[in-house]
Amino acid sequence: MRMLHTMLRLMVGQPPYEAYLAHMAQRHPSTQPMSRTDFFRNREEARYGSGAGKCC
Amino acid sequence: MNRHIPWIFLAIVGASCLAVLATSRGEAVNALWIVCASVSCFLVAYRYYALYIACHVIQLDPNRATPAIYRSDGLDYVPTDRRVLFGHHFAAIAGAGPLVGPVLAAQMGYLPGTLWILCGVVLAGAVQDFMVLFISMRRDGKSLGELVRLEMGALAGTIALAGAFLIMVIILAVLALIVVRALAESPWGMFTVTATIPLALAMGVYTRWIRPGRIGEVSVLGLIGLIAAIFFGQNVAASEVWGPIFIFTPQTLCWILIGYGALASVLPVWLLLAPRDYLSTFLKIGAITALAIGIVVMAPPLRMPALTQFVGGGGPAWSGALFPFLFITIACGAVSGFHALIASGTTPKLIAAETDAPFIGYGAMLMEAFVAIMALVGASILDPGIYFAMNSPAAVLGNDPVSAAHAVTAMGFPISADTLVQTARDVGEHTIISRTGGAPTLAVAMAEIFSHVAGGTAMKAFWYHFAILFEALFILTAVDAGTRAGRFMLQDLIGLAVPSFRAGTSWVPGIVATGICVASWGFFLYQGVTDPLGGVNTLWPVFGISNQMLAAIALMLATAVLFRMKRQRSAWVTVIPTVWLLICTLTAGSLKLLSSDPSVGFLTHAAKFASALDRGEVVAPAKSVADMQAIVFNDRIDAGLCAVFLAVVLSLLFFTIRTCLAALHDPAPSVNESPKQMVPTE
Repeated sequence: MRMLHTMLRLMVGQPPYEAYLAHMAQRHPSTQPMSRTDFFRNREEARYGSGAGKCC
Repeated sequence: MNRHIPWIFLAIVGASCLAVLATSRGEAVNALWIVCASVSCFLVAYRYYALYIACHVIQLDPNRATPAIYRSDGLDYVPTDRRVLFGHHFAAIAGAGPLVGPVLAAQMGYLPGTLWILCGVVLAGAVQDFMVLFISMRRDGKSLGELVRLEMGALAGTIALAGAFLIMVIILAVLALIVVRALAESPWGMFTVTATIPLALAMGVYTRWIRPGRIGEVSVLGLIGLIAAIFFGQNVAASEVWGPIFIFTPQTLCWILIGYGALASVLPVWLLLAPRDYLSTFLKIGAITALAIGIVVMAPPLRMPALTQFVGGGGPAWSGALFPFLFITIACGAVSGFHALIASGTTPKLIAAETDAPFIGYGAMLMEAFVAIMALVGASILDPGIYFAMNSPAAVLGNDPVSAAHAVTAMGFPISADTLVQTARDVGEHTIISRTGGAPTLAVAMAEIFSHVAGGTAMKAFWYHFAILFEALFILTAVDAGTRAGRFMLQDLIGLAVPSFRAGTSWVPGIVATGICVASWGFFLYQGVTDPLGGVNTLWPVFGISNQMLAAIALMLATAVLFRMKRQRSAWVTVIPTVWLLICTLTAGSLKLLSSDPSVGFLTHAAKFASALDRGEVVAPAKSVADMQAIVFNDRIDAGLCAVFLAVVLSLLFFTIRTCLAALHDPAPSVNESPKQMVPTE
């Protein structure tokens, strides 16, 4: 169920926020990570802003 | 040996199903034979061929870190569970293409299309997706244009990028044309699709300010809105006041779409594009799943013959004989060059281990082929009379049920005018005659299947409009997203000559590039809409040729990479599909350009109308001198486009051969892979 949720979100370009937090804590502990909302908007812009990968 | 036994059994099951399909003539064959044959074929191909490529041809290394590991940033580069990534990749590659192509191909009967999808995907399509994913994964997740540039030189890269842009233009035009054909003169369909715009805007506001990031919630609310719009649309269409407001001629609809495309692609993404993408993505996955379940539950018999008389050419939905035109009509589903852009997009940045690549690259494409098989089954369970009444141009059928029934019966598919009228009434439309483009045909088939499982005949009209909405929704998303992607491609291309034109410097180049992009696809859309033969006839083959040429380019890149890796002994894996695609596309391209049959060759068709024009005659289906001039002009543009595609693919063939020969003389591997890094040990 958890995996289905992750899959459906990634289908529309939203990677898991928890993985991002884990990455930031491990690699850049001194940097303040983006909030959940900022992260969402950042990914939204990244997916669609540059012309989304969509097929015919 | 024991581990092979289940697979041998599966192979025998698949072969038996195919044998039933191939030998049955004249009696009703159940659709499940096709489904069963395909599934067995795909599983065996995945287990053996994909594994062979992974272990022996490219030698995937489980200890080699992928970009998601060594570049991990929690954003673009995230090591992702392979099942999750499979869903992501499949959602990105599956679009309208695999649904439309097989429906059009059904005019030759179900057998040729089925065999091409099965062979095409196993030997060409899935190999292409998998190889491009592998190549990109070993090079930091670079895009196709960059990969061609890296391995075959700057000029080859630029030509590939320009070719990709032209293909994008044709794809957008043909997709928009399908929407026009499905929504013209259909107030119910038009209302529901129009209703998605305020719905998406409301969803956009919701995810922006009210509950940011709650995609699940907002999608459920959106879905409720969509269903309400479909139900309500029936009343709107029936209303004497509101109904006529939503009736548009194809020409008006064409201008509305062009205006929509221009506007939508400059709006902020969160407002319209993102929320509608949620709806279309989830609806697409849901509808495909439901279709698969529906076909298995209903187990419908195939009513289309295995082969029709149009195998030799002269079919009403598209012209030309089986070879080479079947192989470009079913592009997506068997092999789709466009996937090379996706497989070198976000997926290679998310893949957690090299050994996941066969499952994602090869596996997701098999899944798409299965979607194509379902579309083919859908078209083949309809009464062939209905199929040909929907897919023949109005110039052949005339405009009323009696003339259409007469024309279709004369083709050898007996149907009564009453049946045509009743079918239209069942699905809640005024008419189903000459509703070309594939989408309405598939919608009738989906209505047939879904209403069998849920709701009965009373729900047919609902399911028909549900299917139209689902197709229109993701085509509109593709038009919008594709215009943006085309804009960036164009800015990159022009930026090569005029560096200040690149993205990020000012907003002017963005607007200019968007304008050029919309004007380009708008031109072909308008040409298709005003084409007296219905447009799909002309544009779909051009789209097919261009898409298969992109596939050939991707496979040529893969071949060049194999030679540069010094694995030329295994390069037959990509050389065989490349050669086949080159044969098909070069033959089809030159026939479209030069054939002396005016229904196939653009230049002959232009010459026929130009000489009539010189004599001052007006030849049907044109109705005026202006029509005649438009036909001649459009034919010459299309011929020019085919010539450009031929030039692109031939020049890349030249670069590939040059790269391969140079690699043969080189004693050591010369690929430009990113330096090997090991997977960090825990």
